Amino acid sequence: MSDKVGGVVRHSVEDKIDAAWIWDRIARALVFVGGISAILFIIAIFIFVAQQGLGFALFELDAATFFTSPAWRPTSEPEPQFGALALIAGTASVTGFAMLVAVPFSLGAAIYIGEFATGRTREVLKVLVELLAAIPSVVWGFIGLTIMNPLIIDLFDVPVGLTILNAGLILGLMAAPIMTTIAEDALKAVPEGYREAAEAMGATRWQVIRQVVLPSAKNGLVAAILLGVGRGFGETMAVLMASGHSVNLPTSPFDSVRALTATIAAELGETARGSEHYQVLFSLGILLFLVTFVINLLADILVRKGKGRRA
Amino acid sequence: MSAQDFGGFQAQPLDLQNQKNQRLFRILFLLMTVILILPVVIILMLLVSKGAPALSWAFFTENPVNGMTEGGIFPALVGTLWIVAVALIASVPLGVAAAIYLSEYASDNALTRAINLAIINLAGVPSIVHALFGVGAFVLFFGFGTSILAASLTLAVMTLPVVIVSTRESLQAVPQAFREACWSLGATRWQTIRKVVLPNSISGILTGVILEVSRTVGETAPIMFTGAAFFLPFLPQGVLDQTMAMSLHLFVVSTQVPNVPEELPFGVALVLIGMVLVLNSVSIAFRMYLRGQKKW
Amino acid sequence: MVVDSDNGKAWSEKLSVRDLTIRYGEKVALNKATFQIRENEIFGVIGPANSGKTSFLRAINRMDEMTPAMHVSGEVLFNGKDVSQWRNLYALRSRIGVVFPLPVGLPMSVYENVAFAPKLRGLKGAELDEIVERCLTRAALWDEVKDRLDSLGSLLSGGQQQRLTIARALSQEPEVLLLDEFSIAVDPVTTMRIEDVLKELKSEMTIVLVTNLVQQARRLADRTAFFLNGEVVEVGPTADFFTRETKDQRTTDYVEGRFG
Repeated sequence: MSDKVGGVVRHSVEDKIDAAWIWDRIARALVFVGGISAILFIIAIFIFVAQQGLGFALFELDAATFFTSPAWRPTSEPEPQFGALALIAGTASVTGFAMLVAVPFSLGAAIYIGEFATGRTREVLKVLVELLAAIPSVVWGFIGLTIMNPLIIDLFDVPVGLTILNAGLILGLMAAPIMTTIAEDALKAVPEGYREAAEAMGATRWQVIRQVVLPSAKNGLVAAILLGVGRGFGETMAVLMASGHSVNLPTSPFDSVRALTATIAAELGETARGSEHYQVLFSLGILLFLVTFVINLLADILVRKGKGRRA
Repeated sequence: MSAQDFGGFQAQPLDLQNQKNQRLFRILFLLMTVILILPVVIILMLLVSKGAPALSWAFFTENPVNGMTEGGIFPALVGTLWIVAVALIASVPLGVAAAIYLSEYASDNALTRAINLAIINLAGVPSIVHALFGVGAFVLFFGFGTSILAASLTLAVMTLPVVIVSTRESLQAVPQAFREACWSLGATRWQTIRKVVLPNSISGILTGVILEVSRTVGETAPIMFTGAAFFLPFLPQGVLDQTMAMSLHLFVVSTQVPNVPEELPFGVALVLIGMVLVLNSVSIAFRMYLRGQKKW
Repeated sequence: MVVDSDNGKAWSEKLSVRDLTIRYGEKVALNKATFQIRENEIFGVIGPANSGKTSFLRAINRMDEMTPAMHVSGEVLFNGKDVSQWRNLYALRSRIGVVFPLPVGLPMSVYENVAFAPKLRGLKGAELDEIVERCLTRAALWDEVKDRLDSLGSLLSGGQQQRLTIARALSQEPEVLLLDEFSIAVDPVTTMRIEDVLKELKSEMTIVLVTNLVQQARRLADRTAFFLNGEVVEVGPTADFFTRETKDQRTTDYVEGRFG
């Protein structure tokens, strides 16, 4: 339909469903599928891991023994023993050591980069932290094995260098970048207004940070630590290669331990598909999934709370 | 310490003490930052010094021989290439679609929060659990067996968050005013995305893809049980074949091979970290270049 | 066709709203607006900020569909048909041109900016070149850009981008042109040029001019509506507003600057 108005021929568009309309609908549906794919994958991960481990988890599992017995002897005859306490202690000790070392340094770095450094320096430091984060797990494990190992043996005069100390330091360096980045975000989220008000009252930079910025960013900082813990918990190759192979309850940082993740990686290849040992390893996987899920959920809630307060 | 005179303004002892504290803490935090970052530098130097002797043209082009105590890394390099390619094909379209949904269509409701939570969790799930998922889903359920396909798909799921997050950021960087202008002209949402939003985000998407490749190259656990093998005498011919891979190769030569000369594993480590750092640096440099290119 | 009781001239209705209410969540932006807009007139909308003027424009071309928080009830008739009855909203929007307060040059060449809408309709080749030149000329921008049609539209000056927006709107061959405070980010010379353009365009289309400049309404609008805090206080010939022949004292107070 066209009509001539003021010398101009106008082609008016009718109210009809056309190709563009249809393509828009199709595109909307396709991207929606893409959008929910993340949810579908998380559910799928849980389902498929649980499926392989359910046999053990539901029927054979004696929760009390599983969580409190340090006897992990999956290959002993006639009765294999699946006490996971030593493994849990392994993960906990290495992660704990890593956090002890990394948290202060990450926080310090976040404070320096976020509050003191400016312009070029800040850019360079942020890039270096990013590169630190990029180093693959297996390379870290390799370093623990070939560099840290002899170093620890020499420095501390101990017989074995693949220990909590070794894996803990490495894990600390691996978790530090994400903690630094999230902590930095948390500090940045504190409104300029707070800082300005404090400085107007005569406080120095450091006083402002200590008394205004840090308390204000509390939620985000805790979230950063949580995410660091999550990273440490979930690390596989580095811990596998650097923490040693003995399954025992540790009494000092110079003990070798085995973490949950490393156990799965080390033993899965030796098991027969569907066997009890196999199922137990998958059950350990379920445990790891749930723990990291909870940690991430908590961290997300904290970050949200931290942002919401200033809405 | 007496109060100093600054031309009429009297600095009190407390002020001076505060200034000193300030300087102290500033230096302390700087030190902490440096200590954190120093390891990167030291490690690189060590890897270079111990690994460089192993590097040669032959190292890159030959197969490992003699029980892998000698020779090169060629099949591992090829294998990594295969895995990266298939993982990209699987994850980029899906990741970009997800990001488009989140940036252009989703409203702030429970579903969107759930998706974001899922993305964070996907990134946070331990790599060994991804490996278990890969075994359960791709190797067993879908019947691909231990293959490049299973390994790549496992990695694709694991690195999906990287693509989604960087794509979403670059989409959201496009000003809303452009979209409103297009809608007013009668364009559909999809036409607007296709003609204005996406073309102006491509560079950001590329940055994310490069980052994803870097992650994929370095991962070991997810491919260990889904398709990567310690040693294979032949190169893979198709996606259903098993393959060697650089990341696993480092693990193998440093823990599973007896009597290997020191520079071999260091050489492998050097190449691997070199690949990862180069990819990351390219991504970072590209990001900085883009910041200078203003189109609005 | 209706005959105007004021001056005996015949007119037909282009747009009309009846009990139009617009809400953003709990907040009511516009409450039960009821009036008509006549074909080929410049209809002014004046009033202080947050009176519902912009919301009113957005309801006309169904932008509420793109804004989840915006809820529209009541009727908006375009050529007699309720816009909520349209199935293809993109077709509706292509018949209504919009100029925003902040000038927008799309991040593509000047040529592509103006060719965007015609291309959606399927135009190409010589026909496309012709419409691009015609629209840029009518928007008083052709002379400044004719030698650099390839340059980025988003990097033009503010005044040029606003005229580019008008050229884009004209390329839709719209029946209705909506302008939302088009002059606030633009220099006085450009404002004048655009006002001249609008006066020419009146004979071909219907123009709704939301403005915070009362004098601009006086210069351009045939009839004007006064919006105040979500209420349409009155609608009438613009001249009446300035000769104090208003139906409501508040209108006179606003026009004479006693509040704003």
